[in-house]
Amino acid sequence: MFGFEAAELAAARTVRPAYQPLRHWLEGSPRELMETRRRQAELFFRRIGITFAVYGDPDAAERLIPFDIVPRILAREEWTALEAGLKQRVGALNAFLADIYGKQEILRAGLVPPELVLLNPAFAMSQIGKRPVGDIWVQIAGIDLVRTDANQFFVLEDNARTPSGVSYMLENREVMLKLVPELFANLHVAPVEAYPEKLLETLHSVAPPGAGDEPNSVLLTPGQHNSAFYEHSFLADKLGIELVEGNDLFVRDDVVYMRTTEGPQRVDVIYRRLDDDFLDPLAFNPASMLGVPGLMSAYAAGNVTLANAVGTGVADDKAIYSYMPEIVKFYTGEEPLLSNVPTHRCREPEALAYVLDHLPELVVKEVDGSGGYGMLVGPHAPRATIEAFAAKLRAAPEKFIAQPTLALSTCPTLCDSGVAPRHVDLRPFVLTGTNGVQIVPGGLTRVALESGSLVVNSSQGGGTKDTWVLDD
Amino acid sequence: MLSRTAGSLYWVGRYLERAEYLTRLIEATLRLAALPSSYGGAGNAWDSALAAAWMKPLHEELGRPGDEQGVSAFLTVDSENPSSIRVCLERARANARSVRTALTLEAWEAINGAWLDVQKFGTRLESREQLVQLIDTVKVAMLVFDGAAHRTMLRGDAYWFIQLGAAIERADNTARLLDVKYHLLLPHGESVGGGLDYFQWTTILRTVSALTAYRWVYRDAVQPLKVADLLILNTQIPRSLTSCYQEILRRLDQLAAGHGRRGPAHRLAAHGLGQLEGASIDRIFGNGLHEFLGNFISENNRLGNAIAEQYLF
Repeated sequence: MFGFEAAELAAARTVRPAYQPLRHWLEGSPRELMETRRRQAELFFRRIGITFAVYGDPDAAERLIPFDIVPRILAREEWTALEAGLKQRVGALNAFLADIYGKQEILRAGLVPPELVLLNPAFAMSQIGKRPVGDIWVQIAGIDLVRTDANQFFVLEDNARTPSGVSYMLENREVMLKLVPELFANLHVAPVEAYPEKLLETLHSVAPPGAGDEPNSVLLTPGQHNSAFYEHSFLADKLGIELVEGNDLFVRDDVVYMRTTEGPQRVDVIYRRLDDDFLDPLAFNPASMLGVPGLMSAYAAGNVTLANAVGTGVADDKAIYSYMPEIVKFYTGEEPLLSNVPTHRCREPEALAYVLDHLPELVVKEVDGSGGYGMLVGPHAPRATIEAFAAKLRAAPEKFIAQPTLALSTCPTLCDSGVAPRHVDLRPFVLTGTNGVQIVPGGLTRVALESGSLVVNSSQGGGTKDTWVLDD
Repeated sequence: MLSRTAGSLYWVGRYLERAEYLTRLIEATLRLAALPSSYGGAGNAWDSALAAAWMKPLHEELGRPGDEQGVSAFLTVDSENPSSIRVCLERARANARSVRTALTLEAWEAINGAWLDVQKFGTRLESREQLVQLIDTVKVAMLVFDGAAHRTMLRGDAYWFIQLGAAIERADNTARLLDVKYHLLLPHGESVGGGLDYFQWTTILRTVSALTAYRWVYRDAVQPLKVADLLILNTQIPRSLTSCYQEILRRLDQLAAGHGRRGPAHRLAAHGLGQLEGASIDRIFGNGLHEFLGNFISENNRLGNAIAEQYLF
């Protein structure tokens, strides 16, 4: 039998029905067995090489993301509601990008301050007037969600550049199928394994018109020193497409080719896991060795599709995020199905004053930051850190937003002391092509392994769980 | 296939083959060093192991000790020796990792597992037991990789490039081994067939795991001329130069069939094989074994370069 922490016991009285079968399983599994399974999972991850790199930590060039074998569970009706909200949100993100690089109606309507868009470092001036295939800008989106109670999901972040983590969604499921087959036998867990196929369909659906019936798609990686390299190679393998680095591609007469043992072969769609700035040393960062010289001119000529499109970063900027409710309403004419976390834009003097007064209660983030770097979690920060952060805020308020800490939901998690509640978030992956919007049921659940911690980023010691959508 | 992928796979094949050769060399040396000196088990067994690995200059440069512990650590776990088993596996794994998608899960796991296992030994060896363990680990890992590749990989470019790299490396290793020992193979006065050399010859054969094969092929006492014949011209033993070139040409033909064209590498390989098949061991000795081997090693290098050029590595 498991030792449940007091809070968990109290919470257990109100365990959501979807978790009932899991509770029986947890209570019926001896501690040693769980430990053994945890070790098996780790061995499995290590053997197949699912690792990630932590920047600035040479000793941990390849680290495992801690995996928790207690799954996170969503009932089918919860998922159905979420799915509708995600489709609405990503649809609005795409419409927003098409608009700001097109007619800019939302700016003229005065709903979003123009300078926030036009002066944004992620706004790609070169893309004004451009129309990617199907006017789809974000083919692959990762939307970070947190939940506060049974009915309330909040969007924490939109990831519209090169969201990662989907390999963990797929591999976590594989591990769970190996480790706890007995649970799958009794529960109807919706499968996620169709993701690679759907992704390939999506990529093919946005191939440029000249590509022919069998477009050649490739996955462009910065290389094996990138923190997400495992995921890049994993996905390329599952998709059955070439994993290329910048050096493998070249551009001739505005057409992209890859260097193969049989000579040059034309490339139609590039699923790029490389940031805008590194795509083409001729157009962006001339010092970059990662990109492909001339790629942007091939892109401008419409001879190659980049997924996601260039310039999408402006949509996942955290200051733009704060306008998402207005953006969703503007383009869909509907009330947003997913809520935003109330956000203080420090660029506004009133908000800044409030934030400075309430730092110990707030989470402050850089508008263009990611990975949990450069953020302040007020309730867990020592006084000195808060004071240092206040100075940074005053120096460049426009670089920050602040949000209240939510009463985040927790999920039972295997810890040293037994099963205890830990905070979780959820990143489902939303695919958009000319063939429609597709979301596999589930996503990546990240879990903060420290008691009470709210930071789930893998670069900051967070772990992952399998995510189960249960069919009735 | 991407040229970079082809290049990485080719080097996976080469590095793994090199690591495997070193394990055999060390195994044979351990045996030779264990013999009383009156049977050829001279104190210089480890010295000649260094020579057979062509690593003497580097060993001196790094100032590593010349005794068993010093040399065996240098050959196995030394991270400053670019051809130590550890570094070979590290590089094979790095190459494999960069083209992970070209390998099956089983083949990748074998390489990754080998690297993880060898890494556990660290960069120093505490005892001979550890050395023996390490050698066994690597030997088994190589067999696992070969089995995984053979059983799970598509017979396509990826498989052929790995095999091609391995065959080029194998030819190179056999030729260098023979060249280092060529003086032992030459008939020289009274010591012909003498007790001392016998153990040296059998060591050569063990290094390419061909001692039993020798007996099956010749049903005769170990004689230097026949050792050379076996390792250069015999087509039954997989590490002979002729066998390696047969394999190289076969892999190149398979690649050509897939790509629909042949290139300079084919011509070089076919020429090399033609020369080996037309040669006799008497003529090779007549014209000078050392010259023959030196020429072979440089031609083999040229072939390696031609392959890289032809497939745009």
